[in-house]
Formats: sequence, C-alpha cells, structure tokens
Amino acid sequence: MRSVRRLIRPSGRASRIEQPATTGGDRNGLPHLHMSVDERVEAEVRRARIDWLPYALLLPTILFLIAFFLYPMVQTITFSLRDPGGGFTLRHFQALVADNYFAEALRNSFLLTAIVIPLQLVVALAIALLVNTRFRGHAWFLYICAIPLGISDLAAGLIWLSIFTERGYLNAFLQRVGLVQQPITFLTFERPLWLYGAIVTTEVWRATAIVMVILVAGLQLIPKDYFETADVFGATGWRKLRHVTLPLLRPTIQTALIIRTILAFQLFATVITMAGRIVPVLAGEVFFQYQVYRNPQLATAYAVMLTAISMAITGLYLWLLRTRAGELGRG
Amino acid sequence: MTPAARRALIAVLIVLIVAWVLAPLVLIALASLTGRSQLYAWPRPLLPAPWSLETMRFFFRAQDVLRSTRDSLSIAGLTILLSVLIGAPAGYALSRFHFPGKEGFRMAILISRMFPATVLAVPLAVMFINWGLYDTLLGVALVHTALALPFAIIIITSVFEGVPFELEEAAMTLGCSRLRAFSRIALPIALPGLAAAAIFTFVLSWNEVFAATILTVRNRTLPALVMSAVGGLGSGAPLDYRFAAGFFMVIPALIIILIIRRYLLTLWGITVR
Repeated sequence: MRSVRRLIRPSGRASRIEQPATTGGDRNGLPHLHMSVDERVEAEVRRARIDWLPYALLLPTILFLIAFFLYPMVQTITFSLRDPGGGFTLRHFQALVADNYFAEALRNSFLLTAIVIPLQLVVALAIALLVNTRFRGHAWFLYICAIPLGISDLAAGLIWLSIFTERGYLNAFLQRVGLVQQPITFLTFERPLWLYGAIVTTEVWRATAIVMVILVAGLQLIPKDYFETADVFGATGWRKLRHVTLPLLRPTIQTALIIRTILAFQLFATVITMAGRIVPVLAGEVFFQYQVYRNPQLATAYAVMLTAISMAITGLYLWLLRTRAGELGRG
Repeated sequence: MTPAARRALIAVLIVLIVAWVLAPLVLIALASLTGRSQLYAWPRPLLPAPWSLETMRFFFRAQDVLRSTRDSLSIAGLTILLSVLIGAPAGYALSRFHFPGKEGFRMAILISRMFPATVLAVPLAVMFINWGLYDTLLGVALVHTALALPFAIIIITSVFEGVPFELEEAAMTLGCSRLRAFSRIALPIALPGLAAAAIFTFVLSWNEVFAATILTVRNRTLPALVMSAVGGLGSGAPLDYRFAAGFFMVIPALIIILIIRRYLLTLWGITVR
C-alpha cells in the first residue's frame, strides 16, 4: 500500500499523507472503512494532480494588480512615513494635522457623507421598490434612473452649476415667477448653507444610481415565497417592508453603504466645480496639495488619511449590520 | 389604501423621480445651445433665444480640447484592450474551474474595486516619473486598467457563467483542443457580454478625473483638461466653456448606459458576503 503511494506521489509529499488530519481511522494507520483501497488510491491521485490552468489564467491579473494596485498602495503608506534621508518619520502627519485646511476638510468630508448617504439610501430604496413592483415600463424607468451611473463627478458638478450659478436656471426661474428682482449669488462663502445644499443635491442626483442598482439586484435575490407568506398572514405594505423586505435586504444594504461611503470620501470634483476651495474636502486637498502646491508628501498624508477612514468605516458597517442569529425568524 | 390610490401614488412618484433625473440633463443641453451673451444676460431667458451653436463651437475651438478628446479616446481604447486581454482569462477561470484560493481571489477582486484613484495616484506619479511613463497616454491607461480590471473580471465571469460548459465539452469530445473549443464555441457566444464589459471600461476611463489630472501635464485627457480649466485657484474658464464641457462629457454616458443596461445589475449586484 505504502509503496504504491510512493510511486504515484512525489516523494516530498509523502510525509503529509502519512499524517492526514481528517479522521481517527487514518491517524491509527487504519484505512477508511467506507472506501476500498483502490478508491483511496484513486482519490489521492486526484488530489495530488493540481490543475495549473486556472492559476495560469489568473496570473496576468494578479501580476498587474500587484504592480499597479498593491505596490502603489504600499508605496503610499511608506512614502508618507519616510523622511528625505530614508528614515522613519511622522512629520508628514504632523504637517497634515497642522495644515490650515485639515480640520475643516475632515469636518466637511464627514458632514457631507453623513448628510448625503442617508438621503441616497432612502431615494435608492424608493426607486428599487418601485422597480420591483414590475409596473409596465419599469425597465425604462430603471434605465433612466441609472443614467447618472455614467456621469462623472466633474460633469455632474458642471451640470448643477448651470442651475445654481448666479446667472443659472434657479435664478432665472425665481425671476420668472417674480420671487427675485436681481440674481442671488448662491455659491459664495457668505451662504455656506446654499453651498452645502448645492453639493448635497448634486451628489444625491449623481450617485444615488449606484446604491439603487445594488438594491434592485439585492431585491431580486429575495425568494418570492417570503412575500407570499407575508400576504397569507395578512401583512400590509408598511409592515411587509419593515419586517420582511428590509431584514432580508440587510446584506445588500450593507454592501451598498460600504461602497457608497468609500466613494463619498473620494468626493472632490463636484465640490471644486461648485465651491472651489471654500468648502475644502479631504480628496480635494490631495488634489490641491499635489497639483497646485507641489507638496507630494502632504498630498500622500492626506491620501493615507482617506484610506484609513475608508477602512475604519467599512469595519464599522460590517460590525453594526452583522446579521444577528435568529433575527430573520422573528419578523 | 385602496388599490386605485396606491396606483396613483406610484405613478406620481415615478413621474417625480424621472423628472428629478432628467431635468438637469435637459437644462445643461439647453445651456449648451444658448449663446454666450444670453448666458450672461439678466433677466436670464429659460429657453435659448435664438438657438445657437456658438457655445459648443467656442468649447471645441478652445485650446487643446480636440487633442485631449482624441487622447481620452485613445486612452479609453488602450484601457479596454488591456482590461479585456488581462481580465478575460481570469473571468473564464473563475467561471469554469474550482480551485483552492478561488474564494480568496474573488474577495480580493471585490475589495479592490472599492479603492479608487485617489489613493493610487500620487505614488504612481512618482513611480511613473522613474519609469518614463509620466505624462504619457500609456501611463494613464495603465492606471485606468488597474481601476477597471476588477469590474471587467466581475462582468466577464458572469458572462462566461451564462455560456454552458457542456457546449465546450461536446466540442472537445468531437476532437477540439481546449483552446479551440474556447475560441470557436465559448468566445463567440460570450462576445456581446464581453462588449458590454468593454463599454463599461470605456465609461470608467472617459470619466476618470483624479488620476488623469495628477499623472499628466501636457497630454491631458478631456476631464483632466476641464478640471484644470475650472479647478485652479483663479476664477478659471467662462460659463459657456463649463456648460459645453459638462454637456459634451455627458453625451457618451447617455448612449452607453442604454447599450449596457442589461448588465447594470450584474455589474454592481454581486454582493460582498
């Protein structure tokens, strides 16, 4: 038996076969009772022959992502912790904390995310539930709601600029209905609420689509039986939503929130087109520090800050929205 | 609520949401077809009077706009080529094989699609200066490929999952090699789906602002050019330039989302669990 095994296996592997971690029978040197010797040999031959084809097919992707994704990520972190002599330093982060725009950028990034994301979730959920009613023309409705998926933050900023700028459509409309005589300058540091409002509006308009698409896909994964059962027990619209749909949609909502939050912290072109640097945000400061002030170290420190926040928030969501055991049964 | 009232409520909501999405697109189109003097006039007319191509013409004649549009298209083409060449084998492997490490790889792909250009751009700029790729079309295309590849793999995997392996097996029992079975059977069936992946990659590259701005100086892509025109610390480009730029950049999105709308759910629907 053992010699047969040696023949079909490279000898280097033999030691692993002699102490398999599977069942008690093996550990005592006894063969599996439910398998014939031939079957066992055959099973081990099968296990020994690794199919390299899938790995070969994945290799280009792995190499590419290591070179242009993982390596620069690691570089970002080491770059932000290195002084000109090559030693370890925290001074780029000290410079970051001391930067005039840092506190404000941090506050704005958090505040805008905290305002935009709940709004997006509500609107996206409404659209997803409407699509799920399968009314006539729902496919076109889905397409129209998905259009902003293809629109960049820069283009979205310029689009809404045509509405909010001083000679924009909002003023034109207000003048037409007689509410204003002279145009109001909405996008100025004297009206921070308007600036915030314009940015939030643009972001809700542009980036709700991605949440919506994730939720629509998630709704389709819920088996119809759940809704039919709820109908049988006489649950009405609101109770069905609260006790059937939303709990079952929890993993999907979690995904949508994680992706959207990380993207929300990348927000920069929308803000810059609307508010320039009046409303500084973290990603915008990466841009200004690198592009305008030529300070790559500080830019990198900002980028690392962004990554750390994104990761922390992902962890927070995973912890907050974990599906508690037995919860689904209670609905 | 009576069924009739419910239907009415749904109809109202649908109309409101459609208007909310479409109105800004209509307005930017109107603004781009309004002449400059009208754009700065007060009272500001809601409809262009008269309709005019002056604003669009001004934008296209502005410095570097045509060249950067051409560069953006080249970069998008290069990104598509790289993403499909690198991503298609991976997508095929994920759809056809069970192998140790598969779930880990899938997870890595799902996670990597969540980290956008902001984190990568600055160190890549430093790397690219050393490698002579800074301010080149290839350099930007490589970054866009890194950003697009996870999406390309996800969509290509689902495309191949929709092509029954039995067809390839049948071809192989009839004497085809594995490669021939793939290229003669699976590939032609998967082609429309692969085209959708390519188109999505195009959108991603065409829209990408951050990395393109940081990795180029003279050879700007269109979004990078517009960004530097409107995003400097000065007052920047005039309104007609901005509106025309916004409208011009949006047009491909309208067409492209229409073409790939069947794949939208696949693209983002795969949840991280």
